[in-house]
Amino acid sequence: MTQLSYLDGNMLDGPLRELFAVDLSAATGRCDSCGMTGPMACLHVYSHAPGLVARCPACTAVMLRLVRSPDRAWLDLRGATFLQVPMPLDQPHPRPL
Amino acid sequence: MSPGFQGRPRSAEPALPPGQYLTEDFPVLSAGPTPKVPLESWEFVISTEAGEEHRWSWAELMALPQETPTVDIHCVTRWSKRETDWQGVSLDTLLNGVNTDAHYAVAHSYGGYTTNLPLGDLRGGRAWVAHRFDGADLPAEHGGPARLLVPHLYFWKSAKWVRGIRLRTMDEPGFWETAGYHDYGDPWREQRYQGD
Repeated sequence: MTQLSYLDGNMLDGPLRELFAVDLSAATGRCDSCGMTGPMACLHVYSHAPGLVARCPACTAVMLRLVRSPDRAWLDLRGATFLQVPMPLDQPHPRPL
Repeated sequence: MSPGFQGRPRSAEPALPPGQYLTEDFPVLSAGPTPKVPLESWEFVISTEAGEEHRWSWAELMALPQETPTVDIHCVTRWSKRETDWQGVSLDTLLNGVNTDAHYAVAHSYGGYTTNLPLGDLRGGRAWVAHRFDGADLPAEHGGPARLLVPHLYFWKSAKWVRGIRLRTMDEPGFWETAGYHDYGDPWREQRYQGD
């Protein structure tokens, strides 16, 4: 039987650093609830709250939550199927292994 | 430093939980749009771990014994408000006759909000379904028609627009508790975030 191997989460450091170094408000996101795809900058963000709550402008489902404590941050993106981030063409990029 | 150095009587003002400041107004916090809930279709449902449901219409809630607690409230965003006046129905009244072995509860709201707390914290005269504030119907921006009121915990546990309570054998983190906030949220122990 062939055992599929996997890598530990440390390998995400590089790819995610590349992602989170960009301005996410310029990204496009897909709502997991209604499927609408549009700029993250168009989300409706409720900030008079214990954290930031960003909702789909079409169906009001929560797409992103960000909670910040003095020494930690929590990012919940379960309401977003994907984030599509514009990347410069001339930038070397990691390919699937 | 001793309080005596301030020259003020030590008992003039009861202490606030750590990290809190007093406010006189009533800040409106909200994680989403304010739901509009007509009283004709409003309902409150307690569902047990066995799937039994106990329902109250608005008229049925109004017909239950009413209490008028005056309590201090403490928001995790650090404001506290003294001696707020409410009217509502005690959870002891609503849970009376509900057959359950659950140790946990998840309050859920019109609009989709949820928050978890131990069932024991809803008993003992410490929790209400509140529908009046300061002598008037509870405004929608503060959770009307009715909100949970559990003042001994941080105020995010006092779910606005409450629609019901699910009784559970396991603790199920709610909206803020799945995003870093504490599962219990005792202001006196400053349980703001997971791990506090």
